[in-house]
Amino acid sequence: MAGVLEAKGVRKSYDGREVVAGIDLSLARGECYGLLGPNGAGKTTTLRMLLGLTAPDAGTITLLGHPVPQAAREGRIRVGVVPQVDNLDPDFTVAENLLVYGRYFGIPDAEIRARLPRLLEFAALETRGESRIQALSGGMKRRLVLARALVNDPELIFLDEPTTGLDPQARHLLWERLRLLLRQGKTILLTTHFMDEAERLCDRLAIIDHGRMLAEGAPHALIAEHIEPQVVEVYGDGVEGWYAAQAGALSSRAELHGETAFCYVREAEPVVASVGRHPALRFLHRRANLEDLFLKLTGREMRE
Amino acid sequence: MSAGLPASRRWIAVWRRNYLVWRKLAGASLAGNVIDPLFYLLGFGFGFATLVPQVEGVRYIAFLAGGTICYTTMLAASFEALYSGFARMHVQRTWEGIMNAPVSLEDVVLAEWVWAASKSLLSGTAVLLVAAALGLGQSWTMLLVVPLAFLIGLSFAGMGLVMTAVAKSYDFFTYWFTLVLTPQMLLCGVFFPTAGLPGWVQAVASALPLTHAIALGRPLFLGQWPESALLHAAVLAAYGLGGYLLALRLFRRRLLA
Repeated sequence: MAGVLEAKGVRKSYDGREVVAGIDLSLARGECYGLLGPNGAGKTTTLRMLLGLTAPDAGTITLLGHPVPQAAREGRIRVGVVPQVDNLDPDFTVAENLLVYGRYFGIPDAEIRARLPRLLEFAALETRGESRIQALSGGMKRRLVLARALVNDPELIFLDEPTTGLDPQARHLLWERLRLLLRQGKTILLTTHFMDEAERLCDRLAIIDHGRMLAEGAPHALIAEHIEPQVVEVYGDGVEGWYAAQAGALSSRAELHGETAFCYVREAEPVVASVGRHPALRFLHRRANLEDLFLKLTGREMRE
Repeated sequence: MSAGLPASRRWIAVWRRNYLVWRKLAGASLAGNVIDPLFYLLGFGFGFATLVPQVEGVRYIAFLAGGTICYTTMLAASFEALYSGFARMHVQRTWEGIMNAPVSLEDVVLAEWVWAASKSLLSGTAVLLVAAALGLGQSWTMLLVVPLAFLIGLSFAGMGLVMTAVAKSYDFFTYWFTLVLTPQMLLCGVFFPTAGLPGWVQAVASALPLTHAIALGRPLFLGQWPESALLHAAVLAAYGLGGYLLALRLFRRRLLA
């Protein structure tokens, strides 16, 4: 059996600017794979090409065994998509949204109606079947979009920044639902720029920027491979002077950003001891995380 | 053409989506479709009746009713293809959601085209019933106005979708209504016979689709068989199909690039 989703050497340019510059992906059944990158890194264009909504300039894509974009319609029969922006039908109730969406897959009405209770339960919207969309909270809408993506019992689910704009409670509920889907054997492809989300959910992830894959692997293996294990963040009055005099010698890598010095080290003790001799300075000692890796690979400049 | 697949039977599911929305709001929608032409009929029809008792051998209000049905169907398809179509494509992102399912852009655009024509059929039928209730219908041939309303709808919806495909906002549609549709309402014989217009205006009007719609719709409504019926129908079909094919190219460029 071929992989769930395969992409080789995929490229796409707009007006001479290469937005996706050679992406290679291979998703195994049942894994959660993350695409991480700053705004404009090429994540959304990559998703659109994988779904067959835009044709790549070069490269090959196979979606559930179907060549894309040539047979994208067949490929999408067993795919669910949670888009970045909610596009629920505002003229319909919760249940009607699911019913009408199921028809796009050619599923008979009776079969969709039979699936409705379980879909509503999954979305924790059991009592909201007849509610209008405008009456739902942001978290409820997100869960309904997820339930809508499951109406065709997909093997592979695309999620484009699924928790952007949600409060912490709503995010945790959505994560719990995604883990439930993974336990059921579904495959998930996720884009996000929340590092904690990627670290929690993804078995493997790729960091992409300027249309290229900068690193790929399991989150903890990637951190261990690219980043020193400990980070000491130093801040307070006089941090610039301390940074210039001490940080370089005490750390294997140090950066000053704004009013914080980031010291990447194997052993935190020398840095902590040095900071202790400067009463105006304070520090935060923590383990290196995915965000450190992300910032190392993609830089700290703002993206618009 | 990038990712361009031929339309499949899935377009019917998209048509049904639009139909379900309409059915939920049908009362208000049909009332709007009927009340506006009804006031034209009552106001102009009875108002002008004292000045022009007869036109081309029939009561003025019956003459007017034949034209009003045609222009109502023109407006119904145009509003649907432009404003409602733009809302579904751009504002609500309904198309985006649909195209994540195994439905292609070609399916969506075909569904929008046929749906807008279906709105013409529904509106045209409603006005036909009102006209019949006022005792203005002349014979069974007026029943043929129902399929004609669908053809007129295809014609104007096909052209209207071209505007939707290039629109940046709703404001853009004002041009189509003021520069294209309103002149046709005034020049193509809805309110008076075009024979009285200057020759060059008649020449322009004879190329416009509403002229051909009325050349078919009015005689059928009044119980006569239209002259050159196939020619008029072919002109309407050509405008519709030409618009639809151009719109499809423009939608592909806009949404699949």
